[in-house]
Amino acid sequence: MKHTITMTINGAPVTAEVDSRLLLVHFIRENLDLTGTHIGCDTSNCGACTILLDGKSIKSCTYLAVRADGAEITTIEGLAPEGTNHPLQQAFHDQHGLHCGFCTPGMILRSVDLLKNNPNPTEEEIRWGISGNLCRCTGYNNIVKSVQQAAKEMQNESESV
Amino acid sequence: MFKCKTSAEVGGMGHSVKRKEDARFLHGKGNYVDDVKLPGQLTMVMVRSPYAYAKIKGINKEKALAIPGVLAVITGEDLAQYNLHWMPTLLSDTQMVLPTDTVMHQSQEVCAVIATDRYVAVDGAEAVEVDYEPMQAIVDPFKALDDDAPLLRPDKEGQEDNQIYHWERGDRSKTDEVIANADVVVKERIYLPRIHVASIETCGCVASYDKDTQKLLVYLTTQAPHAIRTVVALVAGHVGLSEEKIRIIAPDIGGGFGGKVPVYPAYVVAIAATFLIGKPVKWIEDRSENLVNGFARDYHMDCELAATKEGKIQAFKVSTLADHGYTDSSANPSKYPTGMFSICTGSYDYEHAFAELDAVYTNKAPGGVAYRCSFRVTEAVHAIERMVDKLAAKIEKDPALLRLENFIKKEQFPYASPLGWSYDSGDYEATLKKAMDMIGYNDYKKEQAEKRAQGKLMGIGICTFTEVVGAGPSKDFDILGIAMFDSAEIRVHPTGKALARFGTKSQGQGHETTYAQILAEELGIPYTDIEIDEGDTDTAPYGLGTYASRSTPTAGAAAAMAARKLKAKGKKIAAHLLEVSEDDIEWEVGKYFVKGAPEKSKTIQDVAFAAYTNIPPGMEPGFEATHYYDPPNLTFPNGAYICVVEVEQETGAIDVKRFVAIDDCGNIINPMIVEGQVHGGLTQGIAPAMYEGIEYDDEGNVLNGTLMDYLVPTAVESPHWETGHTITPSPHHPLGAKGVAESPTVGAPPAIANAIIDALAPLGIKHLDIPITPAKVWEAIQAHS
Repeated sequence: MKHTITMTINGAPVTAEVDSRLLLVHFIRENLDLTGTHIGCDTSNCGACTILLDGKSIKSCTYLAVRADGAEITTIEGLAPEGTNHPLQQAFHDQHGLHCGFCTPGMILRSVDLLKNNPNPTEEEIRWGISGNLCRCTGYNNIVKSVQQAAKEMQNESESV
Repeated sequence: MFKCKTSAEVGGMGHSVKRKEDARFLHGKGNYVDDVKLPGQLTMVMVRSPYAYAKIKGINKEKALAIPGVLAVITGEDLAQYNLHWMPTLLSDTQMVLPTDTVMHQSQEVCAVIATDRYVAVDGAEAVEVDYEPMQAIVDPFKALDDDAPLLRPDKEGQEDNQIYHWERGDRSKTDEVIANADVVVKERIYLPRIHVASIETCGCVASYDKDTQKLLVYLTTQAPHAIRTVVALVAGHVGLSEEKIRIIAPDIGGGFGGKVPVYPAYVVAIAATFLIGKPVKWIEDRSENLVNGFARDYHMDCELAATKEGKIQAFKVSTLADHGYTDSSANPSKYPTGMFSICTGSYDYEHAFAELDAVYTNKAPGGVAYRCSFRVTEAVHAIERMVDKLAAKIEKDPALLRLENFIKKEQFPYASPLGWSYDSGDYEATLKKAMDMIGYNDYKKEQAEKRAQGKLMGIGICTFTEVVGAGPSKDFDILGIAMFDSAEIRVHPTGKALARFGTKSQGQGHETTYAQILAEELGIPYTDIEIDEGDTDTAPYGLGTYASRSTPTAGAAAAMAARKLKAKGKKIAAHLLEVSEDDIEWEVGKYFVKGAPEKSKTIQDVAFAAYTNIPPGMEPGFEATHYYDPPNLTFPNGAYICVVEVEQETGAIDVKRFVAIDDCGNIINPMIVEGQVHGGLTQGIAPAMYEGIEYDDEGNVLNGTLMDYLVPTAVESPHWETGHTITPSPHHPLGAKGVAESPTVGAPPAIANAIIDALAPLGIKHLDIPITPAKVWEAIQAHS
């Protein structure tokens, strides 16, 4: 059965006809060609498919596209204006927080949500905060450092406003 | 320590420059196989066996083919018409592409459904009706050798039992004699279970055959694109797939760790499907298919270590039973069926050793795929490092002191090991002492004594490992006959910028940065002015790919050697430009100058421009070089790791308090990247030590085939790693480098196991196999109290 859904993706309105069973991650990747959102497990364990939906990080591999009707979605492609870095993107680069890059978009979007709710997390809070996202390459040390750098940077930004 | 020769701007060796490849990954612009979308592309889904061992009585395609959008169901019978239903493994065993009559392990590919979209393909796979007649599977490798065990591979001519091969190295009788007469002998059966690399990107391909041009293009998750091209030509040459018409592109790879070296059956089916249908066919493995269908380890090792009563090691013997599943799909060099397992004598100086191994067939997935380690080095290191700790416990000697007293000394290099390796360099004593200082070993020993007096369980574990990486040399190392050299090709453009291509393929290691740094070091061209390209067989020079920590030892060396060819040509051009004899030209990073008159100079960029515009008479124009590097020896990275744990007696919970890793990987190209590789390898070391193991029931069903049950460590399980280095350059590598990315995966498991077992020692517990889970610890505590 087909449904018409409307949502905002990375600031742009999108309307589409989709099957009831179409997963949001496939809608994003295959219908909209936003391939920065990845699929690693199909069971909500790895977090490679993490996006922001109405400002909250969710795993789009176990979320039906129809359920996102009316939502505002941010994927990695829309996190910062083209040619610029969000503080988390900059921090992952500075701190060598990525190797193969496959978990990176999900890890960054999860961290956006984490820092929104806890702008100054401890190392332990960061580790628990990203524990729904798996990385097989980095051993997490530098991901933690990346989130710490971004937290500091974002706090400085908000203080200077 | 290593001293940088170049400025930070040039960014040669020793500079922690930021990675050039990051930008696309940070903005969602990486291009992984599943991101490839070709016009008219179809989707393939595999139907897989629920049984570990069964006859196939029939496959009914009709209901699947009746679903709108399902275009084809391909079976083994279909492939048999083209003689494509079997393929060779990389170790010259045979593996089914699709079965015609028997399935040999749970989740084996049975047939493939090709459809217009992913969802329809899954519907089609569910509608295929397969009539199975289940048989009693052989799951226990020890039972595979029983006289009444069914013959699992009657298809193989001359195969009379389930043994694949027997291998041995060393002097059995002398080793037995030394062990029989030794003051002290410790023995243990050590098991390393099946584990899976579980890269976050699974495997997959997009195969596209053009019937008009007869060209096959395959986007593939492969660590070795050239080798795959040759294998495809060898397997499918008889149906017209000729090697010059085959183009393999390994795009961005989302982690490899050895899991993307083999040729998986579904790759071949996708190629067959595009060949038959004439449209692009995409196959992307799901996570369960990934976890259940490949593995590393599965070695049962009976170890004996002999020593004097003072603790001088005299002999080591290990007899291994290796469970390879239904086919030996090890990605090992052909003359080394057990890989580099004979590195098992370790970092210690003694004369006598013997290693033997029997490999057997069982009804499990094909075996021998790596898990971030150079060809069975992890197994070897685990065996010797557990046994050294057992010896220390037996003679009540500090395990650090025992190691220090038995180490090969730095002046003994090159060192001929008892089983035939020539270790290139190392300073094991300095490395262990550095680790002991960094963690505060003596303080922890005191703390441990106090805690033990209070009845608390605290353990300190050490591993001092020697790795062997970087295959070639080609006289000894080949895969399916193809020599294990590697290659670099450099093109310096007229404006002094460069493009370099390699036969390797990064899967996250950062080659686009480190190879550019090697060239910056050699040529003085800033690393930011050098583009690195890998993975496309139509453009890159031939090479054997990236695995077994071989990229820096082979392709990295090739880069240096090719750059030196350019530098030699540049010297002639500089002499021509400066109007002096070549003998009067000297080089310092980035420029040639006249001896005694340094103000008279030409930069490498001037010389590159002249190579296209103002060449000396008789010289071939252009500024390009290629080198195929065949290493004279392997490299032997080593390290000392120390781990401190506390165990809660009531629950068996294990808390890793500290972990210090000191690595000696020779000269370092980019310290930031090396440290990152060590962090990652350590987490892939704690994984099998404490969390991961593929479990089977008696019928061959995998019990933990999803990431819900197979515990890949998160940021919470992964400790805060502490790292450091000693540096003994490899004497035979052009850059003195050794390779690093697998050392931590090799060294961490025994350090952690030794620490946990040390913690439990007061209860009388002398050994536990990995993964050492809280449940396993709790059971052991109950059994000993």
